[in-house]
Amino acid sequence: MPTFNLKINNEKHTVEADADTPLLWVLRDQIDLVGTKFGCGIGQCGACTVHVDGNAMRSCLLLVSQAEGLNITTIEGLSEQGDHPVQQAWKEIDVPQCGYCQSGQIMTASAFLSKNPNPNESEIRNAMHGNICRCASYNSIEEAIKVASKKLS
Amino acid sequence: MTPSKQITFSRRSFLKTSTLASGGMLIGFNLFNACKPEAKVPIDLSQLNYNDFNAYIKISKEGKVTIFSPNPEIGQGVKTSMPMIIAEELDVAWEDVYVVQAPLDTENYTRQVAGGSQSIRFSWQALRQTGATAKQMLVNAAAAKWGVDASECSVAKGIITNAKGEKLGYGDVVLEAAALEVPENVTLKAPKDFTIIGKGAGNVDIDKIVTGKPLFGLDYKEEGMLYASVLRPPAFGQVLESFDDIATRALPGVVDVIVIGEKARAYLEGSKKKSWTAQLSKSDKVVVIAKTTWDAIKGKRAIKAIWKNDSELESTESHDKLLLDLLEGETFKTRRKDGNVKKAFANADKVLERIYESPFLPHNCMEPMNFFANVTSEKVHLVGPVQTPAEAAKVVSGLLDRKLEDIHIEMTRMGGGFGRRLYGDFVYEVAEISNAIKKPVKMVSTREDDMTTGVYRPATKYKIAASIKDGKLTGYHLKEASINGNMYGLIPNFFPAAALENYQVDTANYKSNITTGAWRAPYTNFLASAEQSFFDELAEVLEVDRVQLHLDLLENVKKNPEPNIEYSPERLQGVIKKVVDKSNWGKTEAGVYQGFSVYYCHNTHVAEVADIIMDNGSPIVKKVTCAVDCGIVVNPLGAMNQIKGGVIDGIGHAMYSDFGFNNGVPQSNNFSTYQLIRMAQTPKVDVHFIENDIDPTGLGEPTLPPVGAAVANAIYKATGKRLTKQPYMSNLDLEKVVG
Repeated sequence: MPTFNLKINNEKHTVEADADTPLLWVLRDQIDLVGTKFGCGIGQCGACTVHVDGNAMRSCLLLVSQAEGLNITTIEGLSEQGDHPVQQAWKEIDVPQCGYCQSGQIMTASAFLSKNPNPNESEIRNAMHGNICRCASYNSIEEAIKVASKKLS
Repeated sequence: MTPSKQITFSRRSFLKTSTLASGGMLIGFNLFNACKPEAKVPIDLSQLNYNDFNAYIKISKEGKVTIFSPNPEIGQGVKTSMPMIIAEELDVAWEDVYVVQAPLDTENYTRQVAGGSQSIRFSWQALRQTGATAKQMLVNAAAAKWGVDASECSVAKGIITNAKGEKLGYGDVVLEAAALEVPENVTLKAPKDFTIIGKGAGNVDIDKIVTGKPLFGLDYKEEGMLYASVLRPPAFGQVLESFDDIATRALPGVVDVIVIGEKARAYLEGSKKKSWTAQLSKSDKVVVIAKTTWDAIKGKRAIKAIWKNDSELESTESHDKLLLDLLEGETFKTRRKDGNVKKAFANADKVLERIYESPFLPHNCMEPMNFFANVTSEKVHLVGPVQTPAEAAKVVSGLLDRKLEDIHIEMTRMGGGFGRRLYGDFVYEVAEISNAIKKPVKMVSTREDDMTTGVYRPATKYKIAASIKDGKLTGYHLKEASINGNMYGLIPNFFPAAALENYQVDTANYKSNITTGAWRAPYTNFLASAEQSFFDELAEVLEVDRVQLHLDLLENVKKNPEPNIEYSPERLQGVIKKVVDKSNWGKTEAGVYQGFSVYYCHNTHVAEVADIIMDNGSPIVKKVTCAVDCGIVVNPLGAMNQIKGGVIDGIGHAMYSDFGFNNGVPQSNNFSTYQLIRMAQTPKVDVHFIENDIDPTGLGEPTLPPVGAAVANAIYKATGKRLTKQPYMSNLDLEKVVG
């Protein structure tokens, strides 16, 4: 199997994997970063969202062979102390129910707010369209993004 | 005010204490025995050991309190709310409490279950008694130390104070307290003195969730663990004939390819108890064992399998016809009969009759089904997300022919349940896999596996008829036709039972080979949509206000009290009045259309009003006002989450989600073709509680059922079109509708 050099959360990792392996499974099974979740495998649910050079991307669609040379951030690397304004807002609002989709929601929201720190409601709703929450915690996610936006601006 | 049926709780010894080697105090209690409504102690108390307890409170010498929460956590919040109840009566500061998920005690107890919104309702009194008893023992120990009477001591936040103002912390007296007799009579707090209950505590796992720490079954790992992907039949009614695994075995990450199924089949066929998911174990399955999840998935995709027909390949089209035929037929079982509906209909001036239809639905938990097993000669170690661990352990013991005490199940947090994880088919699979390869292994389903080999909400149709004589409602006849089963026994006693002199509920079903089972708020999840849409139309035919119609019918129930009804007419009236007040009912601005709905299920009373607007001929739900009577609200933060989630989930499935079969093959396999509600489609949910001191009831399900009708009734006001078939958006002919 070929080897790939990845930069994840500012750390270098060398992994052995088939070239067509989605980054998602390399993160979860080989690098032990299990905060990035598997939900659908086809880019429809957003549970596997990571940042690639600061942009939200679905790690189930990004192959390990395409990930070399990219700056990848996972939920584990979003902040040193778990205190990114979005993480703080999620705690303040007590967003999660089952909690499974929330790291993907947080990664989408944080990438979005870094580009648009003061969004209106329809901008928030459009930005979060790709992330499914089966428990339907959408009201709380929306509220938490507004709280995070205040912290950022 | 008459509350709805209550759990009668008998005080008895279900507690035992001991000193810990580390110097603390351990209070063990058997929650499930304590919660059983019948007063009996099943085993000789002198024989009790700590395996007999499935929940614990541990108090360290430093006064730190650890509560081992016994019930599985699926996102409904019991891992937070159940310990809150103990902490309240124990009188400790919530910040000083550490909550841990307790492992399953497979040997003695079988009710460690998350389902039916019953966790809080059944455990309320028992948890309070436990906390209060432990507190009393600590106070008794302190009083003895001071040489004063226990009644002279007071407690706040884990500190005991005597009349002279001297103080002792719980940690200072744990050793003495552990040696004391368990007191039989303890005083519970008055609800007005609660300091933790009703104050809103955040999710106890929140730090781990927002930082991506391992919590869920899919995150669990052990040294040397392999991954398994299971190839199951593509159609219900098919079984494996043969397969070719040459291409799979050539893949570098693939370790082995095996076949399972024999053990599960032998056990389930030999078992007297009917298994809901036996159909999922009918065929042999090809299992690809690999070094990573992706290697296993890829290996499975490379298997060339040939399937043969084993029973009929069913389709939605034929189901629709079969169910409609059942509704017109004579094969009903009568579930409740008051008066004489036949006579009422024969004498009627007018009869309103409607048919309501709903599709199958998959659960689609965000965390796909998965489970870990390590079967060795010493024990069977199982780890993962399951709502019924005790039942899973029993089946695994049977199918591997191992003693029950060899089976150890650890529960992880679950990425959603909604009923799917009540069924342990994935646990049986992984146990059989590990037993075959003698290695630790985790079975991981893909989304496609999950959606196409599921345990679905059955497709169900209702025919509802009402008779009207001299402008008055005289009879109500509900007929249900469903796949595989029918409404559970309590439902015929829900509203409008007892509100009408002539009332009848009949059910019939068609036995299908498609696996069906419980789905969030079983049966009521669609029945409420049907009945509350019908009442909306009925009010119009009767030319009465739809809210007043309900209030009047409930007034009838109050005048003629009937012990066999499940709901409380007063509490239903209460939520109706509240929702009318808070939703600005009937006073909305132009372009906003409102729909009303009220329902009782899972011991909780709920009324909802949906506000919609029309945008380019398409309805958009802007707001749902929800009035809830669930008694005392244990954790308002968690309660809000459950209520809002239930409402939005209900709207999503009523409006958008569809699932059918063609020749046994499910017609959707992922979120590209199966629609779940997304943020842009969600209304704001405005929640109002009825404040009272009635014992609390659950919230995981009851806000979901009424919302479908609230939306349908609002769409009717906007468009003039009555919606009777879900999902509504597929059955709303948008071209003919002008907003």
